[in-house]
Amino acid sequence: MSKSIKFRALAILFCLVLAFVSLTPTFIRNGLPSWWTKTFSPIHLGLDLQGGMNLVLGVEVDKAVDSRLDSFVDSINSTLRDKKVIFKKVERAPGHKIDITVYDQTAASQVDGIMSDNFPNLVSLSPTNLGGGLIQKHYELSAKQVAHIKDFAVKQALETLRNRVDQFGVTEPTLVRQGKTDILIQLPGIKNPQRAVTLLGQTARLEFKMVDDDANPEDAVQGKLPAGTQLLYERRVNTTTNVVSHVPIVVYDKTVMTGDLISDAQVRIDSRYNEPYVAIDFNSVGAKRFDQITGANVGKRMAIILDGTVYSAPVIRERISGGSAQISGSFTPQEATDLAIVLRAGSLPAPVKVLENTTVGPSLGRDSIHQGIIAVILAAILVVVAMVLYYNLAGIVADAALGINFLFILAILVLFKATLTLPGIAGIALTLGMAVDANVLINERIREELRLGKTPKAALDAGYAKAFWTVMDSNLTTLLAGLILFQFGTGPVKGFAVTLSAGIITTLFTALYVTRLIYDFFLDRRQIKRLSI
Amino acid sequence: MEIIKPNTNIDFVGKRVVAISLSLILILAGIASLVIKGGPAYGIDFAGGSLVQVKFTQDTSAAKVREALKPLTIHAMTIQQFGPQPDEFLVRAQESSSELESLATKIQKTLETTYGAGKVEIRRAEMVGPKVSQSLRNKGLMAVLFSIIGMLIYITWRFEFRFGAGAVIALVHDVLITLALFSFLNKEIDLTIVAAFLTIVGYSVNDTVIVCDRIRENMAKSPKEKLEPVINRSINETLSRTIMTSGMTMLAVLALFLFGGSVIHNFAFAMMIGIIVGTYSSVFVASPVILFWEGFKEKKSTAG
Repeated sequence: MSKSIKFRALAILFCLVLAFVSLTPTFIRNGLPSWWTKTFSPIHLGLDLQGGMNLVLGVEVDKAVDSRLDSFVDSINSTLRDKKVIFKKVERAPGHKIDITVYDQTAASQVDGIMSDNFPNLVSLSPTNLGGGLIQKHYELSAKQVAHIKDFAVKQALETLRNRVDQFGVTEPTLVRQGKTDILIQLPGIKNPQRAVTLLGQTARLEFKMVDDDANPEDAVQGKLPAGTQLLYERRVNTTTNVVSHVPIVVYDKTVMTGDLISDAQVRIDSRYNEPYVAIDFNSVGAKRFDQITGANVGKRMAIILDGTVYSAPVIRERISGGSAQISGSFTPQEATDLAIVLRAGSLPAPVKVLENTTVGPSLGRDSIHQGIIAVILAAILVVVAMVLYYNLAGIVADAALGINFLFILAILVLFKATLTLPGIAGIALTLGMAVDANVLINERIREELRLGKTPKAALDAGYAKAFWTVMDSNLTTLLAGLILFQFGTGPVKGFAVTLSAGIITTLFTALYVTRLIYDFFLDRRQIKRLSI
Repeated sequence: MEIIKPNTNIDFVGKRVVAISLSLILILAGIASLVIKGGPAYGIDFAGGSLVQVKFTQDTSAAKVREALKPLTIHAMTIQQFGPQPDEFLVRAQESSSELESLATKIQKTLETTYGAGKVEIRRAEMVGPKVSQSLRNKGLMAVLFSIIGMLIYITWRFEFRFGAGAVIALVHDVLITLALFSFLNKEIDLTIVAAFLTIVGYSVNDTVIVCDRIRENMAKSPKEKLEPVINRSINETLSRTIMTSGMTMLAVLALFLFGGSVIHNFAFAMMIGIIVGTYSSVFVASPVILFWEGFKEKKSTAG
């Protein structure tokens, strides 16, 4: 045997062994040593095949900027008051602006100093004279700051969502940022998609506000609200009928405390009513703040508000210094569990919107795999038989290359940890059809050369040499389409691009290299009179 | 075995007027159909909206499902049977609510009041909001455009510009005709169909490249010969390969079409059209374009 054949045979043997080793864990799940299954994990199935949920959440970043501006207004108010500056009002203006109105020039320059010391992120604009001595100072959040707040909001949302998913208990979840404001979440094999969406989608902004018991909620519904208060609704559940109703309640605008200061949240069961509630523990800062607030407001009611809905508004009977509180509200056990999860995981910096939601049930996935496999096997049988009928022994050589090709495609999926989707299976079936093209091109060329009266060996050499660039050109153009599809495609379509591209590369290798070796092996040092082609 | 005997000589180029007229009629009819129907019928990933695939434990009918879903008052709801058995249906709605309570849950609850608890299974639920569908549509369009430009560059680099032009006109032709047939048959264009389009693009160019390759080879062999007979001979010489490859790919796609399941049915259908049209175009569209280009150049040089 010539050296070149030996060398090439070794190279192909190596690839074959690698393919077998990497594919074994996919087909034999049990009884393999763990290093094996770990290095070559089984082919990863897409959500359309294994069932699960694909969710795209859009973070409403503008609201994150809004709430940052609101908190600026709050802190400017209290800072100016602390420094005993006399001012008329601090308010939000259209755009990312804050206006501060003062009565005279002295106050204006005082404000200038305080603002540049304490709020360096707010850029001072030229003030307007409102007449009557009133001066309105304008401040703006720079575009860079706005971009930073938005970016940070998405990062923080991603972090919070990851915490929630971890606590929800899903195996192999995927959470990635997509574009500027979106977050892609994939939860394979999830049983209760509705619960997952509710859990992930809620902002979970926990606030504590004091109730204004002097105000009449009935008047408030009519639109007559005392200054500095707002109308909210309290969620009440009738314990016998389970009907949820919403009762109006008037609270002061000022948020006395938020959920940021929570260190832990647990579900407990109220022994009197046998009802679950969520017990929250504050961190040291939160405990101190809670102690002060409760101490200053004994006898008054404090509303516990989650995402704008009042869950309960208990009367503060005494100063609470232990740093813990409880949220009750006739929860079902699952509601209580989920509430504890979102409180532990933290609130989202801005509300999120469901932009896209695809859920595939496990039964459809199983059916798809089943049908996909049948289609691939059938495609393979049809092509294999047709090739033998048309090219005889040369057809068998091409079929052998096709079989190796199929193995290599699957091995590439394992080695690159790519995901197999239903369109991906379609891509494999398609590749099986298109892969023979290279062999057809070569075989047709060899036939032409034979017709010219060349010897089998000369015809083979000429056939491969002349077909080489044709095969390259035709496959590279398809590869180009596959790569562009990979770049622009999302989800399942990406899977198609993967198998199509992998298939083209393996086709080039098997058609040009493997089949040639088989011919060379049989023709080596043998005088063959006739090629069966 | 041989399908095409050696030395076959069919006058393909001579039939170019008939072929191009046929293609133009199909394309114009397709454009007319698209205009009348107000654009292609988009699937939900491009149009936005919701889709819920429900399976029942017993056979039922679209009318009964519609009746059962009446209390929901879904705007622009369509219900169609999915697959051969009347126990699985697709419910589509225009709305793409970003509410947390999904349409799927509502539909399941409502159907269970009629069909009984546990008798209704949600097999698949999709909701695509307007922002996402718009971006997917743009991406799909960009992907097709970029691949066409990529092909043009590649072929111009490997061959000559006129071959590239011929190949690109051929593949635009293929995509347009597939689009036309989808419009005639009221089939929806979604992301997987775009994937099929791109594969058709690749396949069609693949086919054209091989014919062009042979034309170039034969041109070098007999530089004095007129272009028309050279092209004809090249097409005839590659004919058995063309038929063989198209036939094999067709077999594979046919297997997908028949047994691949309802989810990729339309994909396989687009591919089937694409293979037929792609093969046709590399013979009847790409080569005449090269010939036309040549004639155009000659006229210019004699005029100048």
